[in-house]
Amino acid sequence: MNFWRGITAILRKDVLTELRSKETVSTLSVFALLVVVIFNFAFELRVENAHQIAPGVLWVALAFAGVLAFNRSFLLEREGGCMEGLRLMPMERSVIYVGKLLANILFMLLAEAIILPIFAALFDVPILNAALWMVIVLGTIGFAAAGTLFAAMAVNTRAREVMLPILLFPIAVPVLIASTKSTAQILDGQPLFEIYAWIRLLLAFDVIFIVLALLSFEHVLEE
Amino acid sequence: MSKVKTNSWQLLITMTALSITISLYLIFLYVPSERIMGIVQRIFYFHVPSAWVGFLAFFVAFLCGIRYLARREARWDAVENASIEIGVLFSTIVLVSGSIWARPVWNTWWTWDPRLTTTLVMWLYYVASLLLRQMVEDKERKARFSAVLSIAGFINVPVVFLAIRLWRTIHPVLFTTEGAAIEPSMLLTLLSSLLSFTLLYLCLLLIRVGLASLEDELNNLKLLSTLHSPEGVE
Repeated sequence: MNFWRGITAILRKDVLTELRSKETVSTLSVFALLVVVIFNFAFELRVENAHQIAPGVLWVALAFAGVLAFNRSFLLEREGGCMEGLRLMPMERSVIYVGKLLANILFMLLAEAIILPIFAALFDVPILNAALWMVIVLGTIGFAAAGTLFAAMAVNTRAREVMLPILLFPIAVPVLIASTKSTAQILDGQPLFEIYAWIRLLLAFDVIFIVLALLSFEHVLEE
Repeated sequence: MSKVKTNSWQLLITMTALSITISLYLIFLYVPSERIMGIVQRIFYFHVPSAWVGFLAFFVAFLCGIRYLARREARWDAVENASIEIGVLFSTIVLVSGSIWARPVWNTWWTWDPRLTTTLVMWLYYVASLLLRQMVEDKERKARFSAVLSIAGFINVPVVFLAIRLWRTIHPVLFTTEGAAIEPSMLLTLLSSLLSFTLLYLCLLLIRVGLASLEDELNNLKLLSTLHSPEGVE
């Protein structure tokens, strides 16, 4: 089980770095919260119209925060020259992808765990709902799956972190639509089978991008 | 070898020119104007073939991307990049001609119909992937990245379309671009136009790939001359 050992080693390294600095999760949460506050000015968000606009605000905030997280996860490796170290691992390159992906998902979920209660309090939306959590987890996985693959490329360009959002947002359109729509339907109190089509779409996107990244990551990281 | 190449190239150019001439005749003189939309409907014979070429070009780029990653031969990268550039060009024509057509017919420049939205998203993505190419210095890395991007982008197109259709069927769609059964003379004109655009695509692709290899040669010569210049020796 060399594969899993490699993955857990990378994940442990990222979690340890995060535990010592606590930079990623805190920056993500504060940034996402700021986006929510800015939307409040832009759209006159109040409790009365929150149900219509809140899902969109939530997912835009998460998407922006995600871009920060993915960029950061590879910029850190690049700055310290750690990418060379990772490349030296006597394992397939896809191990690095899975390790990085899991770390990114974990950080995003932690940030979401901080944002969601505040969000619920600000807009008076019910968040104690298993279906909502499922949508958030699936959406986060899909967004991170594409984001981790593209971030590995973006940090190796001249423009660095600027490249990621303009590549990732068009690709992640299905995730953004499916997550926003199903979140809106859940907050509207619609039954689970109504959102089934969206869940299926999210699952399809997650699987497609994880498989694609596993197959192509060695070509991305090659030197 | 080169003689065969020149001959087939001349044949292709001649056929393209002939086909475009015939298509122009069919579009502007032969085919009747559509009863309701009038003369503006003739943009249809440019709009649909451009959409087809855009899609074809991205598909060719997708295949070349896979081929490049498997074989690592620079010419597949050249074809892939040429195809994406042409695809972006024709997608731009689709978006612009569609808007010009939509203005008098739908009374709006733009509507968030699944096909329009998918085309716009696709266009944005491929423009971004061309930008990324500009931002990478190393030639080999540039080729690898853009191969991965062209594969990811093309695989994602049906998912984007599905997502947007699902999103829109929940609310009623106001307009569809689909007409009823098509008149034979219009079908003939459309087919001729499709053939012309496809031939034009092939011409542009070959020219662009040739240009890329000339650029390469020039860069190599420049490199050589700096090596041989007095400063280079020192």
